[in-house]
Amino acid sequence: MQISGAQMVIEALIAEGVDTVFGYPGGAIMNVYDEIYKQDNFQHILTRHEQAAVHAAEGYSKVSGKVGVALITSGPGFTNAVTGLADAYMDSIPLVVISGQVPMSLIGTDAFQEIDAVGISRSCTKHNYLVTQASDLPRILKEAFYIAASGRPGPVHVDIPKDVTAEIAEFDYSAEIDLETYKPHTKGNPRQIKKAMEAIAKAKRPVFYLGGGIINANAADEVRELVHKTGIPAVETFMARGVLSHDDDLLIGMLGMHGSYASNMAMSETDLVIGLGARFDDRVTGKLSEFAKNAGVIHVDIDPASISKLVNADYPIVGDVKNVAKEMLELSSQINSAKYKSWRETVANFAELHPLTYHEDTDRIKPQWVVERVGQLLGAGANISTDVGQHQMWTAQFYPFSRPRQFISSGGLGTMGFGFPAAMGVKAAAPDKVSINFTGDGSILMNCQELMTAVEKKLPVINIILNNNYLGMVRQWQTLFYDKRHSETDLSVQPDFVKLAEAFGGIGYRVTTKEEFDAALKDAVEKNIVAFIDVVVERLENVMPMVPAGGSLFNMMLLEKKETK
Amino acid sequence: MIEASERRVISVIVVNESSVLSRITDLFSARGYNITSLTVAPIPESKYSRLTIVTSGSVRVIEQITKQLHKLIPVLRVYEHADLVEKEMAMIKFPVSENITDINTLCEAYNGKIVNVGENVIIAMVADEPKRVENFLSIIKRYNPKEIVRSGAVALER
Repeated sequence: MQISGAQMVIEALIAEGVDTVFGYPGGAIMNVYDEIYKQDNFQHILTRHEQAAVHAAEGYSKVSGKVGVALITSGPGFTNAVTGLADAYMDSIPLVVISGQVPMSLIGTDAFQEIDAVGISRSCTKHNYLVTQASDLPRILKEAFYIAASGRPGPVHVDIPKDVTAEIAEFDYSAEIDLETYKPHTKGNPRQIKKAMEAIAKAKRPVFYLGGGIINANAADEVRELVHKTGIPAVETFMARGVLSHDDDLLIGMLGMHGSYASNMAMSETDLVIGLGARFDDRVTGKLSEFAKNAGVIHVDIDPASISKLVNADYPIVGDVKNVAKEMLELSSQINSAKYKSWRETVANFAELHPLTYHEDTDRIKPQWVVERVGQLLGAGANISTDVGQHQMWTAQFYPFSRPRQFISSGGLGTMGFGFPAAMGVKAAAPDKVSINFTGDGSILMNCQELMTAVEKKLPVINIILNNNYLGMVRQWQTLFYDKRHSETDLSVQPDFVKLAEAFGGIGYRVTTKEEFDAALKDAVEKNIVAFIDVVVERLENVMPMVPAGGSLFNMMLLEKKETK
Repeated sequence: MIEASERRVISVIVVNESSVLSRITDLFSARGYNITSLTVAPIPESKYSRLTIVTSGSVRVIEQITKQLHKLIPVLRVYEHADLVEKEMAMIKFPVSENITDINTLCEAYNGKIVNVGENVIIAMVADEPKRVENFLSIIKRYNPKEIVRSGAVALER
């Protein structure tokens, strides 16, 4: 059929089964928005900032497992969205971000709201396109969705000049995708898998090192089974929280800079690292030369470039972790889980020696308590997003995650302002679950305009502000490594968060006691509207334990022991 | 620990489409890799182009370069050459007052010749292994070259 480029965008989104689009209109994308006005196949959520549109699409994608879609205009619309693209790229989140561009005839003339969008997005997308004629649109849009979701997922950016959205051409979306140059390797080499299993059978102190790739590949079930069949203890990266349930006996905990003592010691003492969908990030490994120093390394990853990038893999396996885990399961009968009994005991001793905990030694609420309390009250019934900072690490440490896709946070890029819009996307994807965003008094101000979106679109996100009147994580580093010179991190002058929420039509609570917190959370859940719960917490609390940047995992700064909790 | 850095020649076959060259060069600059020379031209009777990149780095860096290049969607193949034939061309402009016979003889020794003689300048070209082109360029300094242009290397696996 002959339709306009703008209509093609709509038809393609429908064909891809998209039910929610996040976006913000503007001059160059108006033809597409005109078509959105005329359709009712999917909902459009108007955010109040393009960055938030992309973060919301990320949150939506993380929870639903589908490709997130954001629609934005040229120039500043696009540059606002760049942070979201970079965030999705670092965390391998499948997105298709469609931007308007000035007409072809004006490209390169420094026209109004013109920017070299594909030039900018090249370094923070898996792939990008500038569409120069409408007849290319069906192929490009189809490729965009395919590339975003396959292999190592990631954001794809499609930039469409305004005249191309007006141009009429043939629309046929049925053609098969034929990308000779892009064929992700999804099946692991059977011989390598066999060798890896033999290495596991021989190892005395193996550890599963579980990464976010497991969640991307929907492989949590297979991995759980593999862990239980082999009886090998496992550590999770920040991005892998929820792959194993918090109460799983074989889960040691999170590893890395703010990982548990037990996890980091297990990694330091192991003789075989079994890395699944993890990329040996510097926040995980600490000092590379000391990381798992006496261990062999099995590394399963869909991205060949991740393998041996930082840590040399003795058993490299390129493939989709779901497929590989299935094959490993088939060979798992050769592994005798009883053999690792004393190793499991050693790991349990590490945990007993320095458990993940905190001291209740002040009149003020401890931020960790808030996270634990929400876990007790809502548990698996809530999806948990975070912004970036101390609250993020406390959430990763203390929330009882029990399922994959429950925890949504900005890992690789560490984007302050991510949490609230992402939580709206989460709520849009999973309306039946409470959407909690743990945030800080620093982070929340970076996208608080989204209160308007959440109120208007009835996305009742509960933002729990762990308010210490500090840019807490930077303050912590200044305390520990800059001789307490708290340069520009004191946020004593803050808005009235209760009034702020109310000004947008939401609800605000100021909380100074535990009883008030319980009451506020209960009320916010019941009222089911967007909320700010501003919790006054201990100002000088640090995230512990901690591996100083570039330090060795086994050299952690630990919480000082006290008799209280 | 500083790993030994070596000169390497990498060939990349890419779909001949707009902005593909910037994807390649962006990758090098974004990841802090070094490009010594880069040549690119379409492969006859195909939709592909071939890039020849001369770079340097440790074994680990070179492995990352080839893997990261291969991740780019329009990249069909990446060859890291071990056994190859390599050629580079250079053109040199001399004042017409220099000894044209000497220059011609030298050029012939480096698979070249004088290609143009004008009122004021002589232009010579040589095509040889990059290392030999360098030798040639240092030898002809005595004939006061006014301008030198090098093509960058092209290479084929043996």
